[in-house]
Amino acid sequence: MDYVLILGAGSDIAKALSHMYASKKYNIYLAGRKIDELEKDAKNLNIRYNIEAMPLFFDATEFEKHYDFYHFLQPKPTIVICIFGYQGEQIEGQKSFKETQKVIDTNYTGSVSILNVIANDFEEKQSGSIVGISSCAGDRGRAKNYIYGSAKGAFSIYLSGLRNRLSKSNVSVLTVKPGFVATKMTENMDLPEKLTAQPEEVAKDIFKAQQTKKDIIYTKWFWFFIMNIIKHIPEKMFKKMNI
Amino acid sequence: MKSQKVTNWGNFPEIEASVSSFSSEKELKKLLTSSEEIIARGMGRCYGDSSLCKNIISTLKYNRIIDFNEVEQTVCCESGVTLEDLLSIFVPRGLFLPVTPGTKFVTIGGAIASDVHGKNHHVGGSISNHIISMDIMLSDGSISSCSKNNNSNLFWSTCGGMGLTGIILNACFKLKKIETSYIIQESIKAENLESIMKHFEESKDYTYSVAWIDCLSKGKKLGRSILMRGEHASVRDLEGTKFSNNPLKTGAPAKLDIPLFFPNFSLNTLSVKAFNFLYYNKQLSKKKKFIIDYDKFFYPLDGINNWNRIYGKRGFTQYQFVLPKETSYNGLEKILTEISNSGSCSFLAVLKLFGEQDNLISFPKEGYTLALDFPIKPGVFELLNKLDEIVLENGGRLYLTKDTRMTEETFNKSYERAEIFRRIKHQLDNHNKFQSLQSKRIKI
Repeated sequence: MDYVLILGAGSDIAKALSHMYASKKYNIYLAGRKIDELEKDAKNLNIRYNIEAMPLFFDATEFEKHYDFYHFLQPKPTIVICIFGYQGEQIEGQKSFKETQKVIDTNYTGSVSILNVIANDFEEKQSGSIVGISSCAGDRGRAKNYIYGSAKGAFSIYLSGLRNRLSKSNVSVLTVKPGFVATKMTENMDLPEKLTAQPEEVAKDIFKAQQTKKDIIYTKWFWFFIMNIIKHIPEKMFKKMNI
Repeated sequence: MKSQKVTNWGNFPEIEASVSSFSSEKELKKLLTSSEEIIARGMGRCYGDSSLCKNIISTLKYNRIIDFNEVEQTVCCESGVTLEDLLSIFVPRGLFLPVTPGTKFVTIGGAIASDVHGKNHHVGGSISNHIISMDIMLSDGSISSCSKNNNSNLFWSTCGGMGLTGIILNACFKLKKIETSYIIQESIKAENLESIMKHFEESKDYTYSVAWIDCLSKGKKLGRSILMRGEHASVRDLEGTKFSNNPLKTGAPAKLDIPLFFPNFSLNTLSVKAFNFLYYNKQLSKKKKFIIDYDKFFYPLDGINNWNRIYGKRGFTQYQFVLPKETSYNGLEKILTEISNSGSCSFLAVLKLFGEQDNLISFPKEGYTLALDFPIKPGVFELLNKLDEIVLENGGRLYLTKDTRMTEETFNKSYERAEIFRRIKHQLDNHNKFQSLQSKRIKI
């Protein structure tokens, strides 16, 4: 059976995705930095779903190792989900470029670095499926999180270009833009309950969109409308708003 | 820190608490050192305030299966794994839980902290009986392994210890082989208390037994019941039935949902009486035998999402006690009379005969246990205080997992080893980090 490569397998959404794909009998590569935890995650998937699951060390910001990381994989995955990210601290980033660079390197440069390698392989094979987890935050710069937002926005544009290129090679590219999600990271934030999705719901949306070769999805779906409104507020007004 | 409203299954009491989760030992250690008083919480299916505290640590994201040995039929898993999870993984492989309470929506950590029992208590004991070993994170963040032979003080004070010794990280236990996921059930009507107790005595060789009891009937009919006993069906038992093509089928998702809290008046003596009449008389013959899937046999109420809402917004409490065998008849008679005279009772009343057990702090001991639901309304606590007296007079005790109102005095009188438990808890947790509203109330 096919392998799914999850890049950044430690997050709550990534875990929900690994369960989703494993329950559909896909084998899973779990790639990330916390290799001890990933080993336990892999064993868990293996026992629960009777599939192969393998932990792999992967650091998004060690760009020079990305080529070898991918070419070492045997068998090669047919689906790649690029989900790692780093939210960072906006205020901290405004003061220190080091924090800003970490946000850009993780969310944008790291994704581009690894997906460049994978795209070439898929293009050559004329098959495969790439899923990039971007963010609603990348749709418009907001004072509260524009450093993260701009890195995700750049990633969305990268995915759009990649899709345009690879559509000629039978390779699908899906851009996912999640809104609020209830994860360990957000459990102590005051998020509006009705707008906040569970990781399992997000995983289900992504799985369905990937399998049906969609181009761009918002999850939950209503974020499409919310972001459309936010995108269309004239800059003159937007700059005075506090959202 | 954001705080949110938290209640357990009885919807009473409701408190404001901060809830944090973890998915690795490292994350848990960080949470432990950053807050003063805390309690672990799984699915929140205890009825009262056992897992309530201003800082709650949710185990639900710590839910991996760690190991499974097919030959030995043993499994090790993290504490946030639910019984529902385990059933869906292992029933298709011909394995079943060694002990299960009346809901599968509990975590394994919660099940151990409550030392839960099931319909097979008289032959299998409670869940602690089946735990091979477990790891516990103590208040200083260190991890301690324990079993019945190794570190046994920690082991026995954690089984039934209501989360007060530390955070259960994981547990290993043995599963039970089954040929099919079906149960052969026999239902037997008993016209009064004497008759149902006789039936229990005669059903000792059955793996599972439990009775529904009508606690509003009086006089000669006092304690009229329906005994349900069961055995795992073999492949041969299913031959020629509609179940034979998929003998290890796992449960269907819940079908019904109670979307709203019922108005407080919906459950009154009249409606409960009517329900009890119908329930008792639905079965015409004295004895009935049939095949039923494990979900319907073990978890009839899990089929109705949010069934706790039928008791209304004010919530309810479950009163579960056990009386030693010698005093069971007299005690039960007194208690049932008290309840039927008060007219305030629920339609969920369950009677069971426990087998022998004598653990440090666990609830079960040999004798009859009765569980009753009471909606929270004026007068109910006075009634329960009266019942407490009868339970104490007869040498019984109350189940901490269901409790929300027991006094320190009642606890001390009924749990013979309360002092030893306190001493061990304070040795393990000398800064008293693990606390719940319940532990404060009964001063552990």
